[in-house]
Amino acid sequence: MDRTTIDLWVGVFVALGVAALLGLAMKVGNLTSSKIGDTYSVSAAFENIGGLKPNAPVKSAGVVVGRVADIRFDPKLYEAVVTIKIDERYEFPKDTFANIYTAGLLGEQYVGLEAGGEDEVLKNGDKITQTQDAVVLEKMISQFLYNKASETNSEDGTKDSKSGTQSSEKKSGGATSTELGDAPF
Amino acid sequence: MKSILFNRLTKLLTGIGRRMIERIWRLGAGARLFFLTIVYSGESFKRFHLTLREVYFTGVMSLLIIIVSAFFVGMVLGLQGYNTLQKYGSSEAIGVLVALSLVRELGPVVTALLFAGRAGTAITAEIGLMKTTEQLSAMEMMAVNPIARVVAPRFWAGVISMPVLAALFSMVGVLGGYIVAVPLIGVDDGAFWSQMQANVDVREDIINGVIKSVVFGVACTMIALFEGFDAPPTAEGVSHATTRTVVISSLTVLGLDFVLTSFMITV
Repeated sequence: MDRTTIDLWVGVFVALGVAALLGLAMKVGNLTSSKIGDTYSVSAAFENIGGLKPNAPVKSAGVVVGRVADIRFDPKLYEAVVTIKIDERYEFPKDTFANIYTAGLLGEQYVGLEAGGEDEVLKNGDKITQTQDAVVLEKMISQFLYNKASETNSEDGTKDSKSGTQSSEKKSGGATSTELGDAPF
Repeated sequence: MKSILFNRLTKLLTGIGRRMIERIWRLGAGARLFFLTIVYSGESFKRFHLTLREVYFTGVMSLLIIIVSAFFVGMVLGLQGYNTLQKYGSSEAIGVLVALSLVRELGPVVTALLFAGRAGTAITAEIGLMKTTEQLSAMEMMAVNPIARVVAPRFWAGVISMPVLAALFSMVGVLGGYIVAVPLIGVDDGAFWSQMQANVDVREDIINGVIKSVVFGVACTMIALFEGFDAPPTAEGVSHATTRTVVISSLTVLGLDFVLTSFMITV
């Protein structure tokens, strides 16, 4: 085979490979989306960050405005200190609220910023004071179960002493009626 | 009675021992050939057209099989993934599933397996036949080093071709998954790509896939070269060597894949 033909085909081959790699990086990977221009960093302390990870998105009104740069543990206050980098194009008031939300029911966690009303804006190195922790599903479930348990306990109580509850119901019913009766109309 | 049993037992044990020694010898000889290839690979860069010629035969000629199989693998991933994901109401995650499985695993591994079957066997047969027809000895007689002239260009061609083919495989596979998911099934176009972009990391997933394919390229090409170089100079010997290339390459690729993955995934 002619040497120039081979050169041509190998050139096409390598170009295809480079194009595929670029396509993977641009179209499939996050090379384009993770690019935020110049940023300023702000820290926020949370009592519980749940499953927040570095490089998680920081969103305001659902729009990605920055990324989580670093997560540290403060051994004195026993808090998690989250450093976030916000795109320089976006300015937030000093009293901005930082929450940790979950995308979907079991999705990844992100930091949500809710702008406050102050005139002064956050600058590089500032600290967001108003924060809300991540919702820990286990805590919620245990709370729910606890509530349920106390409800069923009281229900059991009513069943055990039927006459007593009936009388109390009557009493309460009577009370409401008297209340209504006492009402000025 | 007792002595017959004893004889059989010793035969079995000596058989195991002989095989073990042969395997270790082959491993050492392969490593030596690898070392010599690296040492003598200067010429394959000085006379780069030699390497380019081999890139043509190992890489360009494998394009068709790689692209067609990647397309089908992507389409099957799309169908199977959708079938399971829609049960959990998250059929938009199909893009992530297709892209991650291709970029991380299937791209490098399936490419390496196909490469071993398509290009590895060709290399083994070619070198084995060169040895059988005493072309390698003739080269030595003319003071041409066969490792520098024959082995090294093929080695570097394999190392160059493999990542290119794997990247193409992943890209074409993603396109195949896209064609099944978006126009055929009706998953949302924007969600398909945006979920994919949100979950595929360039460094962690794509670059690691490229690293894998380079390692597989080195392993597959080196095994094919060694089997060819080591083949007994008979028709039967070359045919056995070709078979061994496919078997050993496939096993090595799958084993190496586990080792590399366990290094790359930090739990």
